[in-house]
Amino acid sequence: MEDIQSKLLKKSKKAKLEQFGKTISFIAILFIVVVVVAIFYFVASKGLATFFKDKVNLFDFLFGKEWNPGSVSDSGKPLVGALPMITGSFIVTLLSAIIATPFAIGAAVFMTEISPKLGTKVLQPVIELLVGIPSVVYGFIGLSVVVPTVRNVFGGSGFGILAGTFVLFVMILPTVTSMTIDALKAVPRHYREASLALGATRWQTIYKVVLRAAVPGILTAVVFGMARAFGEALAIQMVIGNASLMPHNLITPASTLTSVLTMGIGNTVMGTLENNALWSLALLLLLMSLFFNIVTRLIGKKGELK
Amino acid sequence: MIASVGFLLTVTGCGAVDNGESINAVGSSAMQPLVEAAGEQYSSNHLGKFINVQGGGSGTGLSQVQAGAVQIGDSDLFAEEKEGIDSKLLVDHKVAIVGLTPIINKEVGVSDITMENLRKIFTGEITNWKEVGGKDQDVVLINRAAGSGSRHTFEQWVLDGQKVKGAQEQDSTGMVRQIVSTTPGAISYVAFSYVTKDVATLSIDGVKPTEDNVKNNKWVIWSYEHMYTKGEPKGLTKEFLEYMLTDEVQEDIVPQLGYIPVSQMQVERDVEGNIKEISK
Repeated sequence: MEDIQSKLLKKSKKAKLEQFGKTISFIAILFIVVVVVAIFYFVASKGLATFFKDKVNLFDFLFGKEWNPGSVSDSGKPLVGALPMITGSFIVTLLSAIIATPFAIGAAVFMTEISPKLGTKVLQPVIELLVGIPSVVYGFIGLSVVVPTVRNVFGGSGFGILAGTFVLFVMILPTVTSMTIDALKAVPRHYREASLALGATRWQTIYKVVLRAAVPGILTAVVFGMARAFGEALAIQMVIGNASLMPHNLITPASTLTSVLTMGIGNTVMGTLENNALWSLALLLLLMSLFFNIVTRLIGKKGELK
Repeated sequence: MIASVGFLLTVTGCGAVDNGESINAVGSSAMQPLVEAAGEQYSSNHLGKFINVQGGGSGTGLSQVQAGAVQIGDSDLFAEEKEGIDSKLLVDHKVAIVGLTPIINKEVGVSDITMENLRKIFTGEITNWKEVGGKDQDVVLINRAAGSGSRHTFEQWVLDGQKVKGAQEQDSTGMVRQIVSTTPGAISYVAFSYVTKDVATLSIDGVKPTEDNVKNNKWVIWSYEHMYTKGEPKGLTKEFLEYMLTDEVQEDIVPQLGYIPVSQMQVERDVEGNIKEISK
């Protein structure tokens, strides 16, 4: 009798295991949260030092056109205008997203609506393969193929926003495509059936029903691709030319936040203005990726299929 | 067989075997191959002593050694020249010299240039190669990253305090060479050891970029390779720095990797650029 009582009152093995699993997951989550908070704190404390400790004006930083943190302007202010990099980052990101979106939608429609068999058997693995290629490879191909091509076709030295756009386009294409595929697949089957039952052709169904229903998902895919493009450093650094000048056209050397950051960080000393200014760029990048994240959340929430 | 075992025994028997003693040398990527090669050689001669070598840039090297995070900070620059570094805390050990030369795309068709014209090219006054006797071809400037040791040396000796024209920047020497060799009209500058037949060098005012011309300072674009320690070096750090200056390194590894031994210099240069002849 006592035996049974104690058995019933004691936690079972399964329950113990569950408790154990719960604890482990909680610790893991806690760890991730702590890491994220620590990164934010570290980047922010370094990045904000430019404004609080070195007394750089926020407007001079965001809208100044001259970047040369080691020296000062004629009026004695440090030259930390980040506008050329900010512009460069935004232009390459927008352009590559604009070029990539139609390709991605076309590929996704083909793979989900027109030829699902060929799509899942051949195209999907090919696209997934593209994701796995390291960015240095993209950069090197950009340097040895894209840059000379741009130079021969469009003129200039070949280094610049155009070359960067082409490289980024290929890099974000798989991300945008596979997310668009997911979005199209998520459109319920009965939407298509209803449309076809009403006498719509396949093309009408795809264009007026499936794509419309998947718009939020496709937008999420595009924003996700843009986030990737915005944060890409290595490949873009190899082809954009890294000149901190305001971009006048697409074929002169320009720079992005990431390229200036990665090039400069090893040559500066912690705690100096040069170093802090680079951290400010990092903070800007961090805020932008936060922004992209929030945007995808908002789009996702708004367009949930009910 | 027995002889070789005996040899091994004597070798290991002679060297004091410590269990896993190691120091870190961090900094200038231009110096990395040299320190790595010397470190490996040192470790194989002294069992159980390791020299960990990392790149990261001269700024990183100087700040890490100042913070006491590493034992040796490699730098292309004098510590006095780097903002944010208190040079009084650091002790300088010059282990080699590196010469820098302008390199150009082979199709440009120029082989000699005056210092004045070279300066004008980098300040953006000359924008076409025909102005200095070359082809009718636009000049494409390629700079090293701001703050890099090579760029500092080049600007110090060529630009004479003038501001460089905003242009392309690249952060590695290999990349610079690759771009110059494939881009028509391109000009940049690299260490002697990086010159290959893919690119052409320029002589300045008739002086060729050779090691002999660096040794007597006829070719002025050169810099010391410094290894800084925080305070006087002790223990393994001291031993390794002494090893860097032995003939084994200076006459073997240093020239092999394209640097110039300190011992062969006929002049000495201080941080302000004053030249003093070394009397022998």
